Amino acid sequence: MAANQLIKSRSDVTLLRPTHGLAALNLRDLWVYRELVLFLTWRDVLVRYKQTVLGAAWAVIQPVVQMVVFTFIFSNAAGLSSEGVPYPIFNFTALLPWGLFSKAMNDAGRSLVSNRNMITKIYFPRMTIPVASVLAGMVDFAIAFGVYIVIILYYTFSPGSSYTFTFTPALFTLPLFIILALVATLGVSLWFSAMNVIYRDVGHILPFLTQIWFFVTPIVYSASVVSKKWQILYALNPLTGVVEGFRWSLLGVHSLPWQLLAISSGIAILLLITGLVYFRNMERTFADEI
Amino acid sequence: MNDIAIRVEDLGKRYRIGTAPERYKTLRDTIVARVNAPINRLRRGSSLTASSKEASTIWALRDISFEVRQGKVLGIVGRNGAGKSTLLKILSRVTEPTEGSAEIHGRVGSLLEVGTGFHPELTGRENIYLNGAILGMKRLEIDRKFDEIVSFSEVEQFIDTPVKRYSSGMYLRLAFAVAAHLEPEILVVDEVLAVGDAEFQRKCMGKMSDVAQAGRTVLFVSHNMSAVLRLTEETLVLEKGHLVYRAPTPQAVDYYMASGFTGSGERIWTSEEIPAEAAPFIPLALRLRDKNGRIADTLRSTEPFTVEIEYRLVHPITGLRVGIYLLTMRGEYVFTSFDLDDPARFEQLGVRSAGHYISRCTIPANTLNEGRYVLAVNASSFRIKRYFWDDHTLAFTIDATGAPGKQWPEPRMGPVRPALDWVIDRL
Repeated sequence: MAANQLIKSRSDVTLLRPTHGLAALNLRDLWVYRELVLFLTWRDVLVRYKQTVLGAAWAVIQPVVQMVVFTFIFSNAAGLSSEGVPYPIFNFTALLPWGLFSKAMNDAGRSLVSNRNMITKIYFPRMTIPVASVLAGMVDFAIAFGVYIVIILYYTFSPGSSYTFTFTPALFTLPLFIILALVATLGVSLWFSAMNVIYRDVGHILPFLTQIWFFVTPIVYSASVVSKKWQILYALNPLTGVVEGFRWSLLGVHSLPWQLLAISSGIAILLLITGLVYFRNMERTFADEI
Repeated sequence: MNDIAIRVEDLGKRYRIGTAPERYKTLRDTIVARVNAPINRLRRGSSLTASSKEASTIWALRDISFEVRQGKVLGIVGRNGAGKSTLLKILSRVTEPTEGSAEIHGRVGSLLEVGTGFHPELTGRENIYLNGAILGMKRLEIDRKFDEIVSFSEVEQFIDTPVKRYSSGMYLRLAFAVAAHLEPEILVVDEVLAVGDAEFQRKCMGKMSDVAQAGRTVLFVSHNMSAVLRLTEETLVLEKGHLVYRAPTPQAVDYYMASGFTGSGERIWTSEEIPAEAAPFIPLALRLRDKNGRIADTLRSTEPFTVEIEYRLVHPITGLRVGIYLLTMRGEYVFTSFDLDDPARFEQLGVRSAGHYISRCTIPANTLNEGRYVLAVNASSFRIKRYFWDDHTLAFTIDATGAPGKQWPEPRMGPVRPALDWVIDRL
């Protein structure tokens, strides 16, 4: 009987009933399962480079090769301006948040469907899956950031280089831009992962969308090439604000485009909030629809 | 005092049907439907659209109400599609009910998801942590139970090997070990006993008894009536989504085994009864014929009788075998037999081409004892796929008039009643 008492004292009551609207927005559950988020992140990271020869080196190779190719095409061949910074640095600064965003969007978009056997068999907050995909992207981001530091040091200390890293207080704002990148990424990821459960078209849209999104974001070129009257429309892409923020914070080029940043941030937050609501709304039928 | 573990009130779950084979909607369909919906509504009036909505849905579960007290072991039985799995899915929060409510006191663990979330590339150790977390364990809890889990699973030497290199037995043992150490207040078990070897099944049973003895609540869903009889005190019988009977287990099992049979000696499958995943195998009928070829529900034990399975193959199937299981009313197996049991025929019929077939066999005279028996049908390719499985196809009666020993009006023990050649030597 003592065992019985013990059980009762630590049990909590769960009430299962049909949920409606925002009542389903139950973030407390996500907090209870926070360890699961970390475990799933850890799994995604571990699994990503299992049975590869180069392992985690891929996280270095991919952005570096991209940077080299872009430098060759857009700087040497097309002659695009890089606002007085060596083009590889100018480009890599943007590739940092872009890499996080594009990878997480693609992984998270497919995450629910590839974990369908878990979803149809056990309860856990479904949001842990796309959130873990996004966090796993942070690991690659950290590695790429290490590469970035090496590149900066190389340019600063190699003789004959025109570039020297100069410290500005703007550097301290970098975490804010990383958070902004995460907000935008998570918002888009929640939308696509939930949509993919019901509409498998998302699997076809993602690679194509990634490509277009890449070119409407100032990665290989500077945001200043977009004419003044299009700037507001241009800022509707939350990644524009993120990339410009990264460049401002890390490179100290131009002044911070406040208006553009405000619009981009607003859109990013809007994406996250609507993404959360949409996801929770769809979550109810995931197990039946997937 | 309140020692209720589960309280279910008017629970119902509605599914949409007709979407099963190609269930992925495309954006285009939705856009077209959205655009057309108001137009259709205008055309037809709202009453018609309401009825068409009703027609394309199915209640997998409806008006289910029951309570389970803490520490009880409750059996749930029902035929395929009766709603057992849906009920467990709702209670374990995988899916939401469409109506009604359920109150769950405590953590629900289930043995229906053994190995869920195991990743083949990860090692045994990594999978224990991952799977534990998915099942709702905290990291500290897993740390504490880690050694116990490993020793229970008997895979110590391979704990740092990726589980994709495990044998299926090792995989299952490890997966079960994690689930079994969750220590939930309510344990839900669904058919896990159907997989694994005898030793593994014994372990599962043992763990379930432990759980029940520790004052926890167990919901046990199974087709194995002898396991239900052994492990549970009380049983719910589900039929077509409704709770039709609740009683102490022996009565409930009798009720279930006797229900739903027409007593005609024939079972014909209509097209909507055949699960979509059975294709390309389409069962048509199972019949019992007496020695004169008449379809019969009651057969004499002293005469041979024939069991025939009629089916169609839409495509050729490699390695297909069609067979029967014979069970007692209590769900104990008497025997299993397949139409390719003869090795020579098995060699000869590697691929069965598309067409209309009957597989027929004769049960010799003096095989079964008097009583009622159940036939189950299985069509499968060994280790490849089980196309069709109905564990409760047809019941029939054996009349032992004139059987050996019938001069004494006593019931004989056991399901078989062979006529043996006795020799009495006087020494």
